[in-house]
Amino acid sequence: MNRQFKEAVIERLLLCSSLLSVFTTAAIIFILLSESLGFFKEVSIVDFLTDTQWTPLFTQKHYGILPLLCGTLLTTLVALLVAVPLGLVSAVYLSEYATGRVRNYIKPLMEVLAAVPTVVYGYFALLFVTPLLKKFIPGLSGFNALSAGFVMGVMIIPLVSSLSEDAMHAVPMGLREGAYALGSHKIQVAFRIVFPAALSGITAATILAVSRAIGETMIVAIAAGQQPNLTFNPLVPVETITAYIVQISLGDTPHGTLEYSTIFVCGLTLFLLTFVLNVVSFKLKRRFQEIYE
Amino acid sequence: MNKAQLDKQVDKLFKFIGIASTLFGLIVLVALVFDVFTDGFKRLNWDFLVSFPSRKPEKAGILSAWVGTIWVMLTTAVLAIPLGIASGIHLEEYAKRNRLTDFIEINIANLAGVPSVIYGILGLGLFVRWLNLDRSVLAGGLTLALLILPTVILSTREALRAVPFSIREAAFALGATKWQVVSQQVLPAALGNILTGIILAMSRAIGETAPLITIGALTYIPFLPESPVSFSNQFPFLQVSSKGFLDAFTVLPIQIFNWVSRPQKGFASCAAAGIIVLLAITLFMNGLAIYLRQKHQKRW
Amino acid sequence: MEPPKVFEIENLSSFYGAKQVLKKVSLPIYEKSVTSLMGPSGCGKSTLIRCLNRMNDLVGNFRMEGKILYKSKDLFSKDVDVTNLRREIGMVFQKPNPFPKSIYENIAYGLKIQGISNREYLDGVVEESLERAALWEEVKDRLRESALSLSGGQQQRLCIARALAVKPRVILFDEPCSALDPIATAKIEELITELKQNYTIAIVTHNTAQAARVSDHTAFLFLGDMIEFGTTAKMFTVPKDKRTEEYLTGKFG
Repeated sequence: MNRQFKEAVIERLLLCSSLLSVFTTAAIIFILLSESLGFFKEVSIVDFLTDTQWTPLFTQKHYGILPLLCGTLLTTLVALLVAVPLGLVSAVYLSEYATGRVRNYIKPLMEVLAAVPTVVYGYFALLFVTPLLKKFIPGLSGFNALSAGFVMGVMIIPLVSSLSEDAMHAVPMGLREGAYALGSHKIQVAFRIVFPAALSGITAATILAVSRAIGETMIVAIAAGQQPNLTFNPLVPVETITAYIVQISLGDTPHGTLEYSTIFVCGLTLFLLTFVLNVVSFKLKRRFQEIYE
Repeated sequence: MNKAQLDKQVDKLFKFIGIASTLFGLIVLVALVFDVFTDGFKRLNWDFLVSFPSRKPEKAGILSAWVGTIWVMLTTAVLAIPLGIASGIHLEEYAKRNRLTDFIEINIANLAGVPSVIYGILGLGLFVRWLNLDRSVLAGGLTLALLILPTVILSTREALRAVPFSIREAAFALGATKWQVVSQQVLPAALGNILTGIILAMSRAIGETAPLITIGALTYIPFLPESPVSFSNQFPFLQVSSKGFLDAFTVLPIQIFNWVSRPQKGFASCAAAGIIVLLAITLFMNGLAIYLRQKHQKRW
Repeated sequence: MEPPKVFEIENLSSFYGAKQVLKKVSLPIYEKSVTSLMGPSGCGKSTLIRCLNRMNDLVGNFRMEGKILYKSKDLFSKDVDVTNLRREIGMVFQKPNPFPKSIYENIAYGLKIQGISNREYLDGVVEESLERAALWEEVKDRLRESALSLSGGQQQRLCIARALAVKPRVILFDEPCSALDPIATAKIEELITELKQNYTIAIVTHNTAQAARVSDHTAFLFLGDMIEFGTTAKMFTVPKDKRTEEYLTGKFG
């Protein structure tokens, strides 16, 4: 009996450590909601969603999330324009063209790209990429969405590439053989057979990349600027939701004020955006796995 | 040129584009490393490692930053590693397929995708304000522990899954209890791969900046947390203190961020020199993880 | 005189989910003799043997009806401690499954989990078990090496030694030679014949010649039904059922 008791205790303890994750999620949601609730007592949701200015730290206060959202979407868009084409082409290459040996060397190397701390990428974007781009684009500001987005895109390439490659790899060999038997070339097999078959897996990877770009903080906080700007011009400074959170955290805004509670509102917006994207990506991936695995 | 020849050329061209796309990121990485070294290498010397930050760039150093990083990482590791492994074991070896398990799994998958800055807000609400830990090492370590927990859990599960079921059968057939099977056979067999996952997770935590800024970690810290052991000439000669965990701290990436955001040119070199140190640590850890993974691959 | 029965399987039916794999199977397993469970793949023989040490408990959707008596007591009754039971009833599996540890650790593990840590005693048991499994001479100088460095046949004999080390009364063999070459197979069969002096043995096989070579009693199972049970000598010379005869002459399976 003693042995069985010990086993039962261990099982309970293990369960508790798993429940910690549930608790974490609950705590995130609780903190974001309770602080945001205070905010929305003073600022109407309509203003929050439609006002085109975000100036909580000025005397003339406006609480419109649109400029921050716009900054976030702009940097994300630039990042995707870099990461998706390069990541997908590289995935097709690795899955359909590269030999196993090449793949074994290249994949860990690409993972290193994702391992570089984001503050390092921020430094690189601000002090290397922006000055370099200035030589070609004279109107480029010192802080801008273009370099921040570009560097963020480079950081995300391995994510897109590796998840898409996994998806293409999972496409059954039989499909390819059928096409090769008809005399197709590699490129036709890759783009007419494998790519469409893996599409939901590839979409899942891309959506995850969007979510990652939206949540990325340090690169944009360092290199994209801190001016909430309702613009789609990538050459001027913008502020993302994440950069704003960093800005307030670094400042001396007193706790408990309306200004301070903006970081929770921004956090909530960010959480909802990434949550929806993650769930969609998760569902797509699961559907893909159900088909092929 | 006929159709077949054309197709062949297109095929070749695409292969070239594919290699170029794959290498693009790596070329950028090389440019980054090159840039950082040209800016920071001359600044990197012994004084830089053992000096506190300063208002004068030529005097500034990363002492409080790397010491702070070690403090926070220790706290994170002590919390995240046992909890992550325990949860991984629970989900992979014990949990029955039911709604609760499903719910926990979806939860962890979702947590793995929550932006790190949100963990900062969590830490701010939970540890800094609710538990009154202020902007301490402990608050920072706890925040990062929650941040890397999903990664540790997922890699533990993957490592356990790679252990063949036959090993479990063999141990059960000898009359081992579930916990004996798991702790004495399955876990040791999976340890190499678990270690790989932990190193990667820790390497990520070392580079994290945003969550620690959000909990309010200071960017200018000209002192160190109180040493956990101190010596005196009175009995018992050696004192152990945990006060350091409640001291304010900064970490390497925050120090770098602080220097990057200063306008003076000299601080950019400090940032670059700090980055060389940070990159050396993260790249070393990643290299180690890759090496371990290759070593432990396919033993059965 | 009939030898005492160690197991009495009575009307055993078993299911994985909705799929029935055994249909009202009844047979005895006699002490200190070898009983073969023979039949084409999918006949339920592995499921049957895995009921005897309750390995099927590990399978989530497994369910059974009927009864198994072990030493005249219900094997599935609530007060049976499964871990103690499995220490009395050892098992050797289809594929050799040594632990990824040293040869010594593999053998000593079953005793260590019982809390035995006396070094000399362990050394003695390791040597004795390896000798009984006819492996001692081959490995005595490399006990600290990884068990994974052994050949497949050696690994399987190591697994037998590992089962012997905990001093079981019964050893269950679940197609122990299916992953081995003919020479290694011959060694294992020889070993089984020797072991029956001291142990009760049940062996699953789809190889009729093997059943004929090693066993005293044979049960023939087909698609979950037990077609025939009897002494091996009798079944192989005058099978009662037509299907047994067809199987023995290689018409199917």
